[in-house]
Amino acid sequence: MLPRFWRKIKYRYDLVGTKCKNCGNSYYPPRNLCPVCRRKSDIAEMKFSGRGEVISYSVVHEAPEDLKAQKPYVVALIKLEEGPVITSQLVCDPENVRTGMRVKKAFRKYGEEGEAGIIYYGTKFVPDE
Amino acid sequence: MRRVAVIGVGQSKFGELWDSSFRDIVLSAGVEALEDAGLEGKELEAMYIGNMSGGRYLGQEHIAALIADYAGLAELNIPSTRVEAADASGGLALRQACMAVASGMHDIVIAAGAEKVTDVGSKAMEILASATDREWEVFTGATLASLYAMIARLHMREFGTKPEDLAMVSVKNHKNATLNPKAQFRREISLEVALNSPYVAEPLRLFDCAPLSDGAAAVILASEDIAKKYTDTPVYISACSQASDYIALHSRKDLLTMQAVVHAARQAYEQAGIEAKDVGVAEVHDSFTIAEILAYEDLGFAKKGEGAELIREGVTCLDGEIPVNPSGGLKACGHAVGATGIRQAVEITLQLRGEAGKRQVDAENGLALNVGGTGATATVTIFTR
Ligand SMILES: [Zn+2]
Repeated sequence: MLPRFWRKIKYRYDLVGTKCKNCGNSYYPPRNLCPVCRRKSDIAEMKFSGRGEVISYSVVHEAPEDLKAQKPYVVALIKLEEGPVITSQLVCDPENVRTGMRVKKAFRKYGEEGEAGIIYYGTKFVPDE
Repeated sequence: MRRVAVIGVGQSKFGELWDSSFRDIVLSAGVEALEDAGLEGKELEAMYIGNMSGGRYLGQEHIAALIADYAGLAELNIPSTRVEAADASGGLALRQACMAVASGMHDIVIAAGAEKVTDVGSKAMEILASATDREWEVFTGATLASLYAMIARLHMREFGTKPEDLAMVSVKNHKNATLNPKAQFRREISLEVALNSPYVAEPLRLFDCAPLSDGAAAVILASEDIAKKYTDTPVYISACSQASDYIALHSRKDLLTMQAVVHAARQAYEQAGIEAKDVGVAEVHDSFTIAEILAYEDLGFAKKGEGAELIREGVTCLDGEIPVNPSGGLKACGHAVGATGIRQAVEITLQLRGEAGKRQVDAENGLALNVGGTGATATVTIFTR
């Protein structure tokens, strides 16, 4: 798990995705081939503002082993202002989440793996209103 | 392309099969299928296995050869192939077997699906979650239930679907399972019980979620001319289509439509020369209750957004116009991951033969929908008498 995680660290920590200069679509998570243009893709890195809107969410009560201590927690589908929709955790009281709420990115701990206690960080979202 | 017939079906019981090993379970389904077809075993020319994760559930890979071996086929040295598409693995195995016979490559083949999940205890669900995007969905803490929950919340908001509608799907499937001796949960539940069960991932509750089960199923396929030598009641596979979509829910333009299902269904209807209204019985992939509502819409039984009306009006009940999941579905018959797609084929075959016992419905055409993960793979198979 560790090398796979490190490989993506830039993209996870700072919402760096990609943009296809051929069609203008932007992608987060990053893609190296544009699904609209395929071989005509012209991909460049792009940093997202980190602002967006909740389009749906769920309060998770049955969590995987590594995340049991955090439950209940909120996962959400967030539409970034540049267009892409992403899945992320939302740091917010489950009672206060609502569809349509404005959110912004925040750098947070995601979890620990195994007894070695490797800590994973990444982007979560917090209310922005 | 040759016409393909089902000449034998078999299924293990689904559930927590503590006393049985993976090999035992597969064997019981395979032997039942051979007996049903009246074959000795040596007639089989090839084997296709749907299995999602022998590696993580059992620490065992090379499942295809293992199963051929314990099915007593090692001396025959037939080609045995495992295919994987998460919980649509069984649907893929069926399609591979179908293509092998239709193309003329083989005359008689077996397609099986098998999974043993209970040996890993509470890890079973996390392993199934690898059907979604490990890096960009699972990493964030999104469980399979939470992804379907977000679809459900959106469906409720857009179309007015209610938690009661979802619960009614569960109640129906539990009721059907009481009539299925192979089902995992054979007791009726009330709407109140379903609606008051604990949340798994809001708005989905315990009774909105299919269990993870041990189980296996097998079907034997043959070309039309050969089928007639073995059975007086062949059931024909008039189409078997497969489609894919973005692996992660968040990448899809329309979160409320499974494009893989829409595409596979459109192709299957065209190939079979029928329309959605001609389907008389269906087994669909109700891994979560909302998935059954989406299936009604994406298969064309209802318009987009109107799926819940079918359950409210009893259209999909056992005595309704299009009975859906007469077996009890994944919710109550059980969800043995890679076995599910084959188990659905077993049920539709029994229904079209008129051998479904107390849950028998009257139908000329049957349909099976098997879905992988949140819809990145779908297979639609149409059967006809
Ligand atoms: Zn492009």
